Amino acid sequence: MHEQSEPTLSRGGVDPPLDERQGPAARTTLVVGPPGGWQALDVREIWRYRDLLYFLVWREVKVRYKQTVIGGAWAVLQPFMTMVVFSVIFGLLIDVPSDGVPYPVFSFAALVPWTFFATALARGGNSLVQDPSLLSKVYFPRITLPLAAVSSLLVDFAIAFVILIGMMLFYGIVPGVASLALPLFVVLAYVTALGVGFWLSAANVKYRDINYVIPVLVQFWLFLTPIAYPSSLIPEAWRALYGLNPMVGVVEGFRWALLGTESATSASLLVSAAAALLLFGSGMLYFRRMEREFADVV
Amino acid sequence: MSAVAVRAENLGKLYRVGGPRAAYGSLRESLVDAAQTPIRALRGGLQRPETFWALKDVAFDVGWGEVLGIVGANGAGKSTLLKILSRVTYPTTGHARLHGRVGALLEVGTGFHAELTGRENIYLSGAILGMRKSEIERKFDAIVDFTELERFLDTPVKRYSSGMYMRLAFSVAAHLEPEILVVDEVLAVGDAAFQKKCLGKMDSAAREGRTILFVSHNMPAIQALCHRALWLRDGRIVEEGPPASVVESYIASAVETGRFPLAEREDRSGDGSARIVSFEVESADADRVIRPGSRLVLRLGYRSDRPVRYPQFVITISDHLDVGLFLLHSEFTNRLPETLPPEGVVTCETDPIHLTPGRCIVHLELLKGNVQADLIPHAGTFEVHDDDVFGTGMMPPRDWVRYVLGQRWWLENERVPGEGVQS
Repeated sequence: MHEQSEPTLSRGGVDPPLDERQGPAARTTLVVGPPGGWQALDVREIWRYRDLLYFLVWREVKVRYKQTVIGGAWAVLQPFMTMVVFSVIFGLLIDVPSDGVPYPVFSFAALVPWTFFATALARGGNSLVQDPSLLSKVYFPRITLPLAAVSSLLVDFAIAFVILIGMMLFYGIVPGVASLALPLFVVLAYVTALGVGFWLSAANVKYRDINYVIPVLVQFWLFLTPIAYPSSLIPEAWRALYGLNPMVGVVEGFRWALLGTESATSASLLVSAAAALLLFGSGMLYFRRMEREFADVV
Repeated sequence: MSAVAVRAENLGKLYRVGGPRAAYGSLRESLVDAAQTPIRALRGGLQRPETFWALKDVAFDVGWGEVLGIVGANGAGKSTLLKILSRVTYPTTGHARLHGRVGALLEVGTGFHAELTGRENIYLSGAILGMRKSEIERKFDAIVDFTELERFLDTPVKRYSSGMYMRLAFSVAAHLEPEILVVDEVLAVGDAAFQKKCLGKMDSAAREGRTILFVSHNMPAIQALCHRALWLRDGRIVEEGPPASVVESYIASAVETGRFPLAEREDRSGDGSARIVSFEVESADADRVIRPGSRLVLRLGYRSDRPVRYPQFVITISDHLDVGLFLLHSEFTNRLPETLPPEGVVTCETDPIHLTPGRCIVHLELLKGNVQADLIPHAGTFEVHDDDVFGTGMMPPRDWVRYVLGQRWWLENERVPGEGVQS
């Protein structure tokens, strides 16, 4: 399927002209045919549907906490409760080291990006199957669905982030110049979440097993990421392999940028970034490949 | 540079057997499949999964401003064709060229969210249908006017009645204004007044020069709105031409299937909790032959697992072109008991029908309360036989009028009493 511009449009003698407002869109020819090969993201098509993307994000945000009593507070409460539990069990009882930072801030600084990521996997993974008629009854670039699901969680992330800042002030931690690098790590988390979200959402349409895989995956991933513990616990020899998990780079980065811990090495960060890009690229290709039969199998 | 708005060439769509829905399996199946494929290949040839063509060798053109109606039985490929044209799914073979902005309406209310208000859903649904935000804003008032639901605009749609919901959903879609509009049987929703409004909207869209492809089971609508019709059967085009003749051939063939025993008919809908299993119709006359002046006696056998509560039998009688003539409804006279035994026969006797000779089609429906238990379109037919009602051997022809009316004529001041026949 591709579009080509046509300079003029003859109407085959049928008189009443359509109104001119339809402008350039009217001058395209759409060819619908059998798809072939691997296709990259059609950025122009997504751009054309940017208003839809906006409304989908807006819908996600608007609907997420409908009919809950405390609404958006859940965005904060989820990571916050986990932080409390972690602080009691790992911080107090087991006395896990926390790189010289008070354990509650140490874990919360990791839980904020982690909650974003974990929720993104769940929401993104379900974004296509939750409303099958969107796939079988109307056309729009399918990728806007996981894109919107994951993007909408940035709002929750922002709310939780404010609490994180509050906690830092409470413990008297003032971030240094390194905090300017923070957006980089947010982007890293976002790209990783999108990559995994593309994989999971597309596979979920065909294999509903994914619904059951997601919670297990999130749990495994949690332990493979230095959230409850510092990555300094990982033996030096395994660090590179460990860094293949992009969330390691994200969490390390958050702690380094905000708390000034001495853990992020640029080498493992590069590994994380490369892994994230690989996930994103492959997820996108896989999504585009599977996309064609969504309507037939959903 | 195109003389046609839509050109389909050699369109085909292959599905795995069991219907498109059965085509998805579990991950395990795929893994096992993948592991076995090389082994099978060694054993001599791949065992291909069984497939069927939902659409095959379909080719047609639609001119600018033309309204093309697509008719066919359930499963004939109509919806698959529309899905391909609206880019929801891809053809397996061939391609379609669409020279203009395409808007598709395959379902009413796609993407509606129950928790959002009417206002919010207008924006969301508009964007899903492909409208820009500015476009929705511009048309917002017109959309709201069309719904006649101003008062409920800020109510979540989950509190809407189903009628209100449909109204809102269709109103958004009706303002899509693409150059090529693809519509699938969406007019079968809502109350009669709203349906009429929707048909009017389609008609005006056509008059504005929009190209419309329109699937419907509503034959009068096909004939009234379309310039040309296309009949699909088993994924292929059987006939293409003026709506009246295509509809007539289609109806004639649908009537053929009407000869199957009702209990074995598959082309029915409803939840199946009670089913109509037999149907017969004859006249109340001694010789049972149906003539223009006959009263009809219709007997519907039904079957269920348990007693049928609040039954409503609905019989629609339409003419040879499937234009409705009579609606017989057990609630009209309200003489059936509130609960019927699990199995039985219900009889309906009518007044004289006054129909011109020709074929009539009968559609049957059984409701329990508000739940549709069974619906069989084209359940059967009957023939109104010629009769010399006027004593002159003359009779108005069916292709001209449907009814024959008893009449008396005289020259004023010279009335001859007793002349003329009442049928």
